[in-house]
Amino acid sequence: MTRYVLARLGGVVVILLAVCLFTYLIFFKLSPDPAVMICGKTCTPERIDSIRSVLGLNQPILTQFGEFLRGIVAGRDYGAVHCPAPCLGYSFQTNESVWSMLTSRLPVSITVAVGAAVLWLLAGVIGGLVSAVKQGTWWDRTAMALALGGVSVPNYVLALVLQYVLVVKLQVLPFPSAPAFGDDPVLWFESYLMPWVVLAVGYACLYARLTRSNVIDTLSENYYRTARAKGLGGALIMRRHALRPALTPIATIFGMDFAGLLGGALITETVFGLNGIGKLAADSIAKNDQPVIMAVTLLAAFFVVIGNVVVDLVYTALDPRVRVVSA
Amino acid sequence: MTTTPTLLEVEEVGTPVAAGGSPASARRILRIVTRDKGALACVLFLAIVVLMAVAAPLITKLSGWGPYAFDSAAIDSSLGGVPRGALGGISGEHWFGVEPQNGRDLFARIVYGARVSITISLSATVLTGVLGVVLGMLAGFYRGWVDQVISRVMDFLMAFPALIFMIAILSSLPAGNRPVLLVVVISAFGWPYLARVIRGQTMTLAGREFVEAARASGAKDLQVVFREILPNLRGSIVVMTTLAIPGYIGTEAGLSFLGVGVSPPTASWGQMISSSVSWYSVDPMFFAIPGAFLFLTVLSLTVLGDKIRTAIDQGEAAS
Repeated sequence: MTRYVLARLGGVVVILLAVCLFTYLIFFKLSPDPAVMICGKTCTPERIDSIRSVLGLNQPILTQFGEFLRGIVAGRDYGAVHCPAPCLGYSFQTNESVWSMLTSRLPVSITVAVGAAVLWLLAGVIGGLVSAVKQGTWWDRTAMALALGGVSVPNYVLALVLQYVLVVKLQVLPFPSAPAFGDDPVLWFESYLMPWVVLAVGYACLYARLTRSNVIDTLSENYYRTARAKGLGGALIMRRHALRPALTPIATIFGMDFAGLLGGALITETVFGLNGIGKLAADSIAKNDQPVIMAVTLLAAFFVVIGNVVVDLVYTALDPRVRVVSA
Repeated sequence: MTTTPTLLEVEEVGTPVAAGGSPASARRILRIVTRDKGALACVLFLAIVVLMAVAAPLITKLSGWGPYAFDSAAIDSSLGGVPRGALGGISGEHWFGVEPQNGRDLFARIVYGARVSITISLSATVLTGVLGVVLGMLAGFYRGWVDQVISRVMDFLMAFPALIFMIAILSSLPAGNRPVLLVVVISAFGWPYLARVIRGQTMTLAGREFVEAARASGAKDLQVVFREILPNLRGSIVVMTTLAIPGYIGTEAGLSFLGVGVSPPTASWGQMISSSVSWYSVDPMFFAIPGAFLFLTVLSLTVLGDKIRTAIDQGEAAS
C-alpha cells in the first residue's frame, strides 16, 4: 500500500511538472511578445524593457522555466521586489505577488465550493434514491425530467434568472456580497445562497440520475435478492446492501467534480461579483494579466491531479471488491 | 470539460455488442423518436434553429434589420439607451426587440448567433469524433506501446481543468481566427472522453470470432479496424456524439460569455448574454431571449441524445 501511494505521488509530480511546462510554453512561447502582454494596456516602453530583463525573457526558454520552478521552491527576486517562497509569479499590473493574491481570495472560493458541494450531494443523492425506490411513478418521471432540464441550464443563465427574480423583482434576497460569517450569519447565508444553488444545480441533477440508475442496478443484483430471501428487510437492507455499492461510484465522481470546481466557480463568482479565485481569473483575463492567469491554471490543475489520487485511494478503502483484486 | 458537467462525462455509454448498429436499428431509433412527443418537439425546435443558421441572410432580409445595423430611433437616449416600448422594444419592426444603447435588432443577432453556435459546435463534434474514434481504435487494437502513448496523453488531457485551460490558451493567443481556434481548443480537450470508450470497446471486439475470421481470410490490420470493428462501434459513436454536442454549444457560449470566444461585433448567444449582464435589471428581455434560445437548444439536444441512447440500449437488450 505504501509503495502504491509513493508511486502515485511520483506520478503526480510528473504530471504537475508537465502541466507547468505546457502552461509556461503556451504563455511564453506562443504569445508574440510576453513582456508587452504582462505589462498591460497602458505601459511605457521602459517598463516593458525592465520586465523583459527582470523575467529573463531573452534567455533560452528552458532556463526561464528553470527559474520559474526555482521560484516556486525557493522564492525569487524581480529586480527590487522580492517574491517569497511559493512564488508563482508577480503581477506587474497590480504590483502584487500572485501567491498573496491567490491566498487572499481562497476563503471566498472555498465557501462557495463547499456550500455548493453539500447542497448538490444532498439533493442529488436523496432525489435519485427516492426516484429509484419509487421507480416508474409520477414522482420518478417528474424528477428525472427536471434533472434533464437542470443539466441543460447554463449556470450563468440560471444565475441571471435567479438574480432578476429573487433580488430585483421579489427582493427576498440581498445582492451577493461575500460578508464575513462572524459579522452577520444570516446575511452571510442569504448572500451565499444563490451562488451555492447556481453552482450546485447541474451537478445535483447529474447525481440524481446517476444515483437512480446505480440503485436500480443494485436492486436487481443476486446478493440483494439473497439478502431479501434471508428475510432482511426495510432500512437495514437498503443501507447495507443497496446503498453502499450504489454510492461508491458517486463518491469517486464527487471527488473529481469537487477538485475540478474552480472552472465552474469562475462563472458563478463572476456573475455574482464574489471576490474569489474564479473572479480573480476572469478579471485577469479581461486585463490580460498573464502571470495571474497562469497561476490560476496551475492551481486548478494541481487540485484536479491531487483530487484524482485521493479518489483512487478512497475508492480502495470504500469498495472491498477492488481491494481483493489488487491484493 | 464544460462549465457544468455533461451526461457524457459521468454516465456509462453503450456496451460493445456485435449487433450494435444494424440498419434495422437506425430505422427503429427513428421510429421510437418520431413516436415520442417530447423527442418530436426537440427535433422540431432543433430544425428551426438549424434553419435559422442556414438561411440567416435570407431571414434577416425578410425581417428588415441586419445584425450590425444600429437603430437609434428604437432606443431612448434620455433614459441611458433603454429600448423604447414594452418588453425590450418588441414590435412589428423588431420582432425580438433591440439591444439597449445601440438598438441593434435582437432577432437578427439571434439568427446570426445560431449560425456561430451551430457551426462551431458541429465542427468541434466532427473533429472530436474523428480524433476520438481513430485514436481510440488504434489504442484498443494495437495495444502495447501505441496504447501506452495514447492513454498517457488522454490521462494528461483529462487531468487538465479544461475550461480554465481553454480560457488561458484563448486569452494568450493573438486574436487570429477565433472560430477556428475555438473548434481546435474544444476538440483538443474533448476527444479523450470519446476515445476512452472506443478504446475499451475495440479491445473487446478485437478478440471476437468475426475479427479472427476476417484475419484468416487475409484482411490487413487497417481493413480489420475500419471494415470490421468500426461498423460495430456505430451505436456508441452516435450516442456519444449526440450527447457531446450540447456540451460543446454550452462551452462555446460559456467561452464567449467570458469574453474569450467569438469577438464582437460578430453575434453569438453567449456573448449576447454576457453583454446583457449590466442591463438585466432594466431590460430583462435582452438577456431572456438569448438565454431561452441557448437553454432550449441544449435541452433539446440532451433530451434527444438521452432518448436515442435508451432506444439503442433497449435494442441491444432485446437482440
